[in-house]
Amino acid sequence: MSEALAFLMAHANTWAATALLCIGLWVVMVRGNLIKKVIGLNIFQTGVFLFYISMGYIIGGTAPIVEEGADAVYSNPLPHVLILTAIVVSVATTSLALALIVRIRESYGTTEEDDVIASDEA
Amino acid sequence: MNLLAHLPALQIVVPLVAAPICAVLFNPRIAQPFAVLVSLVTFAISVGLLNEVLAEGEIVYHMGGWEPPWGIAYVIDPLNALLLCLVSGMAAIVMPAVRLGIGAETTERSRRLFLSLALLALTGMLGIVITGDAFNLYVFLEISSLSSYALIATGNDRRAAPAAFNYLIQGTVGATFILIGIGLLYMMTGTLNMADLAVRIVDLRHTAPIQAALAFILVGAAVKAALFPAHAWMPNAYTYAPSMVSAFFGATATKVGAYIMIRFIFTVFGAEWVFGDMMIGWILVPLGIAAAFAGSLVAIWQTDLKRMLAYSSVAQVGYISAAIGLGNRDGLIAAIVHVFNHGLMKGALFMVMACVILRLGRADITSFRGLGRRMPVTMGCFVVAGLSMIGVPLTVGFVSKWYLVLGAIEAGVWPVAVLVIMSSLLSVIYIGRVIEVAYFAPAPDDARIQEAPALLLVPTLLLTVLCITFGIATDTTVGVAAYAVQFLLGGLP
Repeated sequence: MSEALAFLMAHANTWAATALLCIGLWVVMVRGNLIKKVIGLNIFQTGVFLFYISMGYIIGGTAPIVEEGADAVYSNPLPHVLILTAIVVSVATTSLALALIVRIRESYGTTEEDDVIASDEA
Repeated sequence: MNLLAHLPALQIVVPLVAAPICAVLFNPRIAQPFAVLVSLVTFAISVGLLNEVLAEGEIVYHMGGWEPPWGIAYVIDPLNALLLCLVSGMAAIVMPAVRLGIGAETTERSRRLFLSLALLALTGMLGIVITGDAFNLYVFLEISSLSSYALIATGNDRRAAPAAFNYLIQGTVGATFILIGIGLLYMMTGTLNMADLAVRIVDLRHTAPIQAALAFILVGAAVKAALFPAHAWMPNAYTYAPSMVSAFFGATATKVGAYIMIRFIFTVFGAEWVFGDMMIGWILVPLGIAAAFAGSLVAIWQTDLKRMLAYSSVAQVGYISAAIGLGNRDGLIAAIVHVFNHGLMKGALFMVMACVILRLGRADITSFRGLGRRMPVTMGCFVVAGLSMIGVPLTVGFVSKWYLVLGAIEAGVWPVAVLVIMSSLLSVIYIGRVIEVAYFAPAPDDARIQEAPALLLVPTLLLTVLCITFGIATDTTVGVAAYAVQFLLGGLP
C-alpha cells in the first residue's frame, strides 16, 4: 500500500497533468455549448503547461540565476521558456475562438452547437 | 554581407515582415501589388534554395549565428526544398487573383486584413517545412493554424464561422498533441534539435515515453493532415471558406501535415524502428485505404462541388498516408510526389470553383449546367485537373499512383495496389458526373454567364498546365523525390 502511495506521490505532477488533459478533452468532446468547449480546451492546454513546467524542475533546485560563489543546483529554465511561448499561443487561440463565438452568436443567435446545426438544417 | 548565404532566414522573414506592413497599408491598390511582390520574392527564394540543395546537398543554417543545440537550426534537404517551392509557388500563383477572387465570397469587414492573414499563413507553413527544431515547428504550426482559422472565417456564408470554430477546436487539440509529443522527446533526450534527437533516440527507443511521443506526434499530424478518421474539420472548412482560401489550403495545409509525419517518422524516430518494431505501417496503410474509399464514396453524393472536392482531398490524403505506410523507397517517392502533385491539381480545381462562383454566385452541381459552352476555358481546366485526380496517364495524378502501386507490389501487399486502383475508379464517377452536366446539359439562358476574367483565369490555366507538364516531364519531380528519399532513408535501399 505504502509503495503504491509512494509511486503516486513521486509522480504527483504527472498524474495531475494527465488528469487535466483527460478532463479538458472530455469537456471539449461532450459539452455542446461553444464557450464551455473553449473552457475545456483551456483546461486541456493547462495540463500540458503543468507537464512541461514539472519537467524542468529539479528537486532542491533554485531559479537559474547565477550568483557569485554560490554552489547551487539550478532548475532547467528551457521548458519554462518553451511553455511561455505555448501560453501565448493558447491566449491567442482562446481570443480567436471567443471572437468566432461572437460572430456565431450574431448570425445564429445562440452559442449551443446543437442549435447551430439545427438552424442550418432547417 | 552576402544576402545569398541568408536565403533560409529570408524565406521566413520576408513574408513575416510583409504581413504587418500589409495590414497598415490601408489602400488595397497598394497592398495588393505589394503582397503579390512579396509572394513572388518568397517563391524566388524557394527556387534558389532548391537549386542550391540539388547542387550542393543539405543546407544547415544557424539562426542568428547561434550553434545548435543552443540556437535554432534551419535544415534544408531536397524534401523540404520541394515543399517550400510548392507552398510559396501556390501563394505566388493564387495571390495575384486574390482581390478579384474574394470579392464575391468574403464579408466586407474582413477584406482589409485578408492579405496580412494570407501572408502569415504562408509564413507559418514555410516555417514548419524549413525548421530543424522540433519546438520551432510547433510555433510555426500555430502561426499557420491561427491565421487559417481566421481566413476560413472570412467567408460570407454564415456557416463559415462554425466551420472555422470546429477547425480551431480540432486543430488546437491536434497541435497540442504534437506539443505533448515534443515535450516527451525533450524530457528523455534533453534536446529539441531534430538531428540531435535522431542520434539520442536510438538508445531510448524501448522506453515508454519515446513510444508515447511517437503516438502523440503521429495523431497530432494526422489531425493536421486530415487523415481519415480525423478529417471531420475539413469538409465544412473548405466548403464555406472563400474559394481562394480553399485553393491555397487545399493545395498546401494538409500537405504540411503529411510533411510533419514524414519528417518525424524518417528523420527523428528512424524508419526501421517505426515500421519494424512499432508496426506503424499496419495503421497508416489500412487507414489510408479506408480514407480513399470513404472520401471518394462520400464525394460522389455531394451536390455542393466545393464539398465534393474537400471529400476528394480526404481520399487523396489517404493515398499519401498509405504510401508513407508502405515504408519502402517507391512508397516514399509516391508520398512525396503525390504531396506535390495533389497540391497542383487540387489548387487548379478550387480555382475553377472561384471562377464559377464569381460568375454564378454558387458552385452546386446544377449551376454547372452547360458551362462547357459558356465558360470553355474554365471547364477545360476542370476536365484536365479532374482527369489528373483520377490518374489518367500524361497527368500528374498518374505519376504518383504509378509509384504507389509499384511501392505496394515491392512491399508484397498486392491487395493494396488493387484497392488503390479500385478507389481511383470511384473518382471517375464524381469527376465524370460534373463533366456530364457541364457538357451535355443545356446551358441556362443567362447572358451574364460568360468566361471568367483573365486575372482569375490565368492562375487557373497555369496550374492546369503544370498538371500536364509535370505529368510528362516526370524527371523533375520524381528526381527530386528520389534524391529526398536518399536523405530520408540514409542510403538504405
